Amino acid sequence: MLQYWVILVVSFSHLGILFAIAYYGDKRADIGRSIISNPYVYTLSIAVYCSAWTFYGSIGRATTTGVGFLPIYLGPTLMAALWWFVLRKIIRIAKVHRLTSIADFIASRYAKDPLIGGIVTIIAVVGILPYISLQLKAVSTSFNVLHTFQSPSQIIPATDSIFSDTALYVALLMAAFSLLFGTRHIDASERHEGMVAAIAFESVVKLAAFLVAGIFICYYLFAGPTELIYDAVKSPELSRLMKLEALTGGYTSWFTLTFLSMMAILFLPRQFHILVVENVNEEHVKTASWLFPLYLLAINIFVLPISLAGLTLFKDGSVDPDTFLLTVPLYANQELIALFVFLGGLSAATGMVIVATIALSTMICNDLVMPVLLRLRSFQQRDLSSVLLAIRRGSILGILLLGYVYFRLIGESYALVTIGLVSFAAAAQFAPAILIGIYWRRASRRGAITGLLAGFAVWTYTLLIPSFAISGWLPASILEPGPFGFEFLQPYQLFGFDMFDPLTHSVFWSMLANVGCLVTVSLFDRQNGMERLQATLFVDVFRHSGTDTRLWSGTATVVELKELVARFVGVSEARKAFSQYAAEHDFNLKTEVQADANLVGFAERKLAGVIGAASARVMISSVAQGEEISIEEVMKILDETSQVIEYSHRLEEKSRELENTTAELRAANKRLKQLDRLKDEFVSTVTHELRTPLTSVRAFSEILRDNPSLALEEQQKFLDIIVKESERLTRLINQVLDLAKIESGNVEWTRECVDLGEVVEEASSSLSQLFHDSSINLKKMVPAESVFVMADKDRLIQVVINLLSNAVKFCEPDTGQVTIRLSTPSGLARVEVEDNGPGIPADEQKRIFEKFHQLKGLRDEKPGGSGLGLTICHRILKYHEGDIWVESKPEAGATFIFELPFAETCISFRERK
Amino acid sequence: MPESKRQNERLIVMVIIGVIALNYPLLSLFSKAKLILGIPVLYYYLFIVWFIFIGCVAVILEKNKASSVDN
Repeated sequence: MLQYWVILVVSFSHLGILFAIAYYGDKRADIGRSIISNPYVYTLSIAVYCSAWTFYGSIGRATTTGVGFLPIYLGPTLMAALWWFVLRKIIRIAKVHRLTSIADFIASRYAKDPLIGGIVTIIAVVGILPYISLQLKAVSTSFNVLHTFQSPSQIIPATDSIFSDTALYVALLMAAFSLLFGTRHIDASERHEGMVAAIAFESVVKLAAFLVAGIFICYYLFAGPTELIYDAVKSPELSRLMKLEALTGGYTSWFTLTFLSMMAILFLPRQFHILVVENVNEEHVKTASWLFPLYLLAINIFVLPISLAGLTLFKDGSVDPDTFLLTVPLYANQELIALFVFLGGLSAATGMVIVATIALSTMICNDLVMPVLLRLRSFQQRDLSSVLLAIRRGSILGILLLGYVYFRLIGESYALVTIGLVSFAAAAQFAPAILIGIYWRRASRRGAITGLLAGFAVWTYTLLIPSFAISGWLPASILEPGPFGFEFLQPYQLFGFDMFDPLTHSVFWSMLANVGCLVTVSLFDRQNGMERLQATLFVDVFRHSGTDTRLWSGTATVVELKELVARFVGVSEARKAFSQYAAEHDFNLKTEVQADANLVGFAERKLAGVIGAASARVMISSVAQGEEISIEEVMKILDETSQVIEYSHRLEEKSRELENTTAELRAANKRLKQLDRLKDEFVSTVTHELRTPLTSVRAFSEILRDNPSLALEEQQKFLDIIVKESERLTRLINQVLDLAKIESGNVEWTRECVDLGEVVEEASSSLSQLFHDSSINLKKMVPAESVFVMADKDRLIQVVINLLSNAVKFCEPDTGQVTIRLSTPSGLARVEVEDNGPGIPADEQKRIFEKFHQLKGLRDEKPGGSGLGLTICHRILKYHEGDIWVESKPEAGATFIFELPFAETCISFRERK
Repeated sequence: MPESKRQNERLIVMVIIGVIALNYPLLSLFSKAKLILGIPVLYYYLFIVWFIFIGCVAVILEKNKASSVDN
């Protein structure tokens, strides 16, 4: 038991330290050397999530539900993993559009509508009241315990008035500190660096106190956490706490709590404020994404041991489990530790209250009161900066008093955690409007309004009203058998849905109503220009960063603008801002009378930071003459621009295709020219070749005609020549025709099983006379088995004949040796014709297969062939998918080789025959 | 930008795994009235999974500290 004054002195000193830190933080921010611009302070400030609920309530919850205290920390862990893109997008949007609260955010997304802003503010205030009252209850209770604890059986139950008085004083004290922290002046960006620094410090105190108490209880009071648990679970009531089923509602409840806390970590107004509005640098989100869950893990490690310790020590249940963190050390006469714990709890509670009330008062001022005031003519001309401050201070006080009232009405009937969860469910109502809004352009204003209202209505009916009924302020018959006796309207069992615990039930129906209305109405709704614009800007914020929507085509005088801004931020601040603008934009304040669109936009943004975007727009438009470019026009311009862009894309594509086509045409043209040239060469060569023998024939014929008295011998000789040349001519023409036919594909090829051995035989026998006449020896090396190929027999014979006759041409008579070989190496049929002539030099070996190419004959005379023979052979072989080439060394003879693929199917065919 | 897209994908997968690991039915496997070294099985499971999850998220995010570009 501690003396009254000890507790007070310590508390005030602690709060004094906090205030000093906040003051220092603000001073440093003013000179530009912020102390909060690092990820660790950011993370610690987010830990304001752990309020007195975490500090005291978790242990209380663990005593009844085992692990049931844990899901509201697992949820944020899971959600934090997504912060890097979800939260960062929200932060980016908020920074780009100078949004200063969650109400501002939602209102701005849905066409800067002040109505939505007002709705969100009301939902936020009503929803967070339970949470604030929870903190009041916790601080009052802990103060009481500390003050009156004598022994377990002698906790003086606080009389109603003392208890409630304590709570009232706590409420007023917190109001005072919130006023001091948050409303010393109006900052256009609504940032409070000092407050953030103080909150971060408080998070450290919270964690330290919890860990110190935990270590003490586990290792000094008991023999260690494992011993503690081991002993505790010997009793059956405690052993059931080890299973998840100890949680009422089981796994469904577990899931709901996880889901709710995922929404709450982002959309509780104080969380939104700290995460988004107070964020200094997006990069800090990276560290916070894992460091914050780590903090959560650390502050929860000792919850189970402490709760079991309490249950072990205070077996008769006379001590409220929510106070175990205090009562256990007190029981062990560790007053210092208990005091430290009290400070931790105080930090946790004041942290939450300060941030929450500042966030809520900002919203009340900017989104609820100001829009109404500005419409009243009487306020349009007055200096409003003091009015703004007054509104904020008043709302802070009002919120805390309302919280106190709620506490008086409800607070004693519920455990801390239960109260808090009601607020979680309220905060979750903002999730659809925001999360769907930043990813789905079609989410419309009316959809958001209906969604929010529907969700809020369901929440009120299924959670808020029952809490009044349970505490006796509304007739209990509402719960059972239902309002006016309608069973299907029972708040805890709507439409007879009785399988869920009250929280899950409420979350289910409210989310269904909220998302359902948002989506359905948006699908059937048509958005106006402003909605579409804002939707695009929000959803595509990463693409549009840096662009400003300057929509003013009107003008205003600089003086008017400055006066207007001064009405809200004060004269000196306005002067400073305008001078800064002038310096940055090369704008001479002294000579320019008219403000250009840039300056008007700047003034609007400055105002928006103070009174919210919607109101700022109203104020500026009252001052700036001339037309605001209508949103429709902007959309039209945007549309046209995008059309032009698309058109030019298509033009680019077309021109690229055109280039490709031109290149192809050019290549084709080149090929055609080439072919043309080849054709010309061919024609000239052929005509030349034809002319030569014809000339001889004509010449000799003329001689014979003109010299009838020629000797008979001479006549015979000449006639011989004529016949030979005619034959040559015929042969040549035949070959040319043949080649032409082959090349143009007009040949009718037969394809049948051909025995190459037979081919060789027939070719050799048809040339036997030639060999005999030139006294050249022909040797045949043919295997006994048949060698079958699928081919045109006559054509193959033609090839062999050609090769043999070539060989003859190039061999010496008498010594000439021609060998023809048939073999089957590696699955191919191969024919070789070898001669021992002069051989063919290497550079000629390929060219001899070209048209009209002839080698000089052996006897150095005019070559006897047409130069087409080998060409035709080559074409024939190519048609048969074979190959023909020559191997030769000069002076060492030449071997012509051709190969054809085997035809296995012919063997059986032949055998059958 | 593909780098951060991959990061985002990994984070989403982590969250899905986390939701599955921390809910019915996986959770029910560990909901037993049994102690391991004096600590209930369920607590072991929850805290260990929790810790591993935090570790994985930290690794995924901090690995690309250098390439944190404004996208």
